[in-house]
Amino acid sequence: MNILSLFVLIPVLMILFLFLSKEMKTIRTIMVAGASALLAVTAVLIVVFLKERAANPDAEMLLVQSWTWYKPLNIAMTLGVDGISVVMIALSSIIVFTGVFSSWNMNMAKEFFLWYCLLTIGVFGFFITIDLFSMFMFYEVALIPMYLLIGLWGTGKKEYSAMKLTLMLMGGSAFLMIGIIGIYFASGATTFNLLEIANNLHIPIEQQRWIFPATFLGFGVLGALFPFHTWSPDGHAAAPTSVSMLHAGVLMKLGGYGCFRVAIYLMPEAAHELGWIFLILTGISVVYGAFSAVVQTDLKYINAYSSVSHCGLVLFAILMLNQTAMTGAVMQMLSHGLMTALFFALIGLIYGRTHTRDIREMGGLMKIMPFASVCYVIAGLASLGLPGLSGFVAEMTIFVGAFQNTGVFYTVLTIVACCSIVITAVYILRTVGKILYGPIQDTHHIGLPDAAWYEKVSAVGLIVAIVFMGFYPFGISNIISESVLPIITKLSTVI
Amino acid sequence: MEYSILILITPFVLFLFLGLVGGKLKPNLAGIIGTLGMGFCSVLAYSIAYQYFFVIGKTADTWQSVIPFSFEWLRFTELLHIDLGILLDPISVMMLVVITTVSLMVHIYSLGYMHGEDGFQRYYAFLSLFSFSMLGLVVATNIFQMYIFWELVGVSSYSLIGFYYQKPSAVRASKKAFIVTRFADLGFLVGILILSYYTKTFDFAALTANNAELVTTSFAGGTFMGLSLVSWALALIFMGGAGKSAMFPLHIWLPDAMEGPTPVSALIHAATMVVAGVFLVARLFPVYIFGAPEVLTMIAYIGAFTALFAAVIAITQTDIKRVLAFSTISQIAYMMAALGVSGYGDHDGLGYMSSMFHLFTHAFFKALLFLGAGSVIHAVHSNEMKDMGGLHKYMKITSITFFIACLAIAGIPPFSGFFSKDEILAAAFHNQPLIFWTLWVVAGLTAFYMFRLYFGVFFNGKRDYHHKPHESGFTMALPLIILAVFSIFTGFIPFSEYISSDGKPFDMHIDMTVATLSVVAAIVGIAVAYVLYFKDSEKPAMLANRFKGLYTLSINKFYLDEVWLFVTKKVIFNCISRPIAWFDKQVIDGTMDNIANVTQKVSHRVRFLQSGHTQRYIAFFVMGAILIAIAVFIFV
Amino acid sequence: MIKLEYYLIVSTLMFFIGIFGFITRKSMIAILISLELVLNAVEINFAAFNRYLFPEQMEGMFFTIFGIAITAAETAVALAIIINAYRLIGDININDATKLKG
Repeated sequence: MNILSLFVLIPVLMILFLFLSKEMKTIRTIMVAGASALLAVTAVLIVVFLKERAANPDAEMLLVQSWTWYKPLNIAMTLGVDGISVVMIALSSIIVFTGVFSSWNMNMAKEFFLWYCLLTIGVFGFFITIDLFSMFMFYEVALIPMYLLIGLWGTGKKEYSAMKLTLMLMGGSAFLMIGIIGIYFASGATTFNLLEIANNLHIPIEQQRWIFPATFLGFGVLGALFPFHTWSPDGHAAAPTSVSMLHAGVLMKLGGYGCFRVAIYLMPEAAHELGWIFLILTGISVVYGAFSAVVQTDLKYINAYSSVSHCGLVLFAILMLNQTAMTGAVMQMLSHGLMTALFFALIGLIYGRTHTRDIREMGGLMKIMPFASVCYVIAGLASLGLPGLSGFVAEMTIFVGAFQNTGVFYTVLTIVACCSIVITAVYILRTVGKILYGPIQDTHHIGLPDAAWYEKVSAVGLIVAIVFMGFYPFGISNIISESVLPIITKLSTVI
Repeated sequence: MEYSILILITPFVLFLFLGLVGGKLKPNLAGIIGTLGMGFCSVLAYSIAYQYFFVIGKTADTWQSVIPFSFEWLRFTELLHIDLGILLDPISVMMLVVITTVSLMVHIYSLGYMHGEDGFQRYYAFLSLFSFSMLGLVVATNIFQMYIFWELVGVSSYSLIGFYYQKPSAVRASKKAFIVTRFADLGFLVGILILSYYTKTFDFAALTANNAELVTTSFAGGTFMGLSLVSWALALIFMGGAGKSAMFPLHIWLPDAMEGPTPVSALIHAATMVVAGVFLVARLFPVYIFGAPEVLTMIAYIGAFTALFAAVIAITQTDIKRVLAFSTISQIAYMMAALGVSGYGDHDGLGYMSSMFHLFTHAFFKALLFLGAGSVIHAVHSNEMKDMGGLHKYMKITSITFFIACLAIAGIPPFSGFFSKDEILAAAFHNQPLIFWTLWVVAGLTAFYMFRLYFGVFFNGKRDYHHKPHESGFTMALPLIILAVFSIFTGFIPFSEYISSDGKPFDMHIDMTVATLSVVAAIVGIAVAYVLYFKDSEKPAMLANRFKGLYTLSINKFYLDEVWLFVTKKVIFNCISRPIAWFDKQVIDGTMDNIANVTQKVSHRVRFLQSGHTQRYIAFFVMGAILIAIAVFIFV
Repeated sequence: MIKLEYYLIVSTLMFFIGIFGFITRKSMIAILISLELVLNAVEINFAAFNRYLFPEQMEGMFFTIFGIAITAAETAVALAIIINAYRLIGDININDATKLKG
């Protein structure tokens, strides 16, 4: 029994129990128990991982285990983690846990949580497998429930947004599928296992030239790569709170993780050769997303565009193809996941009370709901990169890393990306100033209750994680940069 | 010296404590806890200073830097890593003393001034956060640690300017302060990146060692737009400093920052945070002078220009805090200019020494001025000079201490400002005559506008007050008195014994020519102010009419706020963000939607083939079969 | 002896008459009859090819009988459906049977 399989088994068990349950109370108990179990298993995993890492410092993946599914096509279910996956698993379990508390009072809770658990399976499955086929399968498992979660429990233009999100992401996965099949056949049609392809097989450069863009684009759509990001604002705006949290917090990271683990790792030559095209796109994403966020008036749109900007930074750093920048990319995924989840949790909280997300209709909320407002300010400060919170360490690692690349092209792009920190400050402070400070705008808002205990659990949990990362970056950064090393080595051997 | 880490831990713990549980404490208790904590820090700072200067002392006749504590916080590459640590050398120890002293005074003062305010505990929490960040900034061992705390002081300043968060003007001011300084910090960050890319280190010691050998040798001589890369790096780093220290044209946030509570203005926007830019340049001084002397010259000219510019504006302002704010800009620019004209080593480094000296003395008398102004505002509940006048009668302590501070800033011997300002002027006199004369004019203007303020507030006829103004209570008066004592006596410290550009003490002496010139300027300034403002008269209005153009420009701060509004509202909002948002909505999103629409349209068309009429299917089927049959018949 | 071609001509005619009827008639009964024509045309072909081309084998005949049986069963089912459709919609016009259309 591999500890990694627990990450899929626990949500499966949760689904089974949910089928049997009827009352709200039982449902909540199941969800809280399951989510806490996931957190606990994550904690155990981190300990086990560190111990294993100390025992085999050279192994690329740890806790590897494989079951064959379908021999003729060499499809297997292969588990394995390195530092990056462990970090992403930790992020996912934190957000799954807090997401449960953020959707405490859902209509049709049973059905909602059923899909929620399915989404969880997809997310965890994606991070624990190192087999291209199973990765793709879990990727799809994570995408499909999104349609129903947004379409049924969403707000606003929910059908349109759900459809748009699903179609665009499915379009992405069509590219991805082509890419994966391409990788399989180009590498000799012997295995789907990432490690084996990377270490023992070689994809000819002529093939890489088309497989790399397909794969990168496929994952890039989920990573909100310009100009394929437009599902993100509409999708996030329509989704219910916890789905936004999970989607922006974890699902968008699947994109970055995939670009990194599949596109770059398996096709280093093409990454060197074609990386610049995507680098320009990501550079645009970073600044473009930030500027777009400046004029938005819907809280969720602001945050969605800021996600475009921050996730653009992730892909930007990955494409810089050096150890520091890539470490920064993973840290940025972690950091952005946490703070954007916090943002969405709080926006959900505010929306649930004021029934508006338009910043022009709110004001002076600090006086009305101090707890939520302070949390919002903290999220904002994390987003604009205040030292001591997670955003700073991630962004600085990226910028310093990106600046190590020689060449005017890279330098100019890095400076352009750096500009985003100013624009981020503009839109964060604009929002904070408009909705939290100032006189109370709408007298109906007076007397609205502050965060309830379950919302507090959610917000405090995320803030603790953000602060932890902000104060203790060296531990996290060490785990990550160790795991980035094999990819860097592979990249440097092909130049 | 290991205990020096406590000077950072204490305020941080206080911040956490007051921030998390402060709301549950009684306001006064929270204030007293904060003040006691700060008192403890001051004691620590003084003991560190004592130990550094008198116990450890000089080695080989040079002040050495001591790093009692340092650890690696975040590793980027093998060579580049952020360390957090404590670096003690003459300037950082001097700053520790200044910060803790002023901060303690402000803590005590606020007990009275902020009494009964909503959010008293929050106020003390942020004061602690600010003290922590500022102390962390000055003891930074490397440039990235400085950047970290640089950002932290920025955010504590933001929180404190926006302390009255329900007041829209305060919110606007705090936002403006943060964004302008953030913009400057962008330059700082890029500068750090360029510098560290070539030198492969963040460490101050490594950067400045052996006359900044590392910097002068490691830059490969590349140029960009006619300036060498090292100049670019240092100019960009200076941009960060210029943002925090409110150098022209990045000064626009500082006057608005006066929306914060007055003690905050005294602490952050007069004595400590705004001199961070000066401190930054001083910290990297060898790098500047050996790596890019042309940048230093630029700093000198920017400094001199800002000093003059701000002084001209200060003359016409009517809000007493704004007068002080522009005076602060002007005085900090003085320090910058002094750094700019300085040479390196021995008596050549006079500018450097005098800059630090002025920083030291200015902190006390400017804090005193602000606290005095706070005391006045507390008494008359207004910031405007027209609501004041004749207060000398009611507020003796405030008036006298304010008078002392005015004399100090005007540079009248033997008050502290005289000594430091005189050294600055002497340094400029020998190196850059143009800058000397500019600064000399500024000295006269400074004396003029300070006494205009003093006479206008404390004398100049009587006003009818609804409530009779009364002297502030003990907690507010005590800091005034202590700071007044500092303002009188700090000038007598033999500063060049302790602080010099290369760490070696040298002899400073008062240059009689310069001293005479500066005192004459100051006395003329005071005399003019006396004539115009001591008694209520028509003369100021007449003068304003005579120089109408200049007067309008000055009172509108040369319309730079309008430029700022234009840049933010017009350029960022309307010219960049809105088009981008439109582009996103219409073009990119439109393309995606259109792809979907076209698909839908096509499928609507195709749908009629799938009508559900079996007969039609059969007909198609048969036709298809016939066509295939014909095709087979023809081609095979 | 009658040539094979004559059988084929008859069956082709029957087949296309059936197809024509199937496509053009609106009455379900008529469609059913047309369908019978098509099937019977095929069966004629089976029997004729068997008889003329492979006289020593019997598969074609078996298929014909099999086909007739199937046709009978199919007619029974189809009539049952038509009767039910009539009860449901009141006539047996194929165009009126739109209840299952989305």
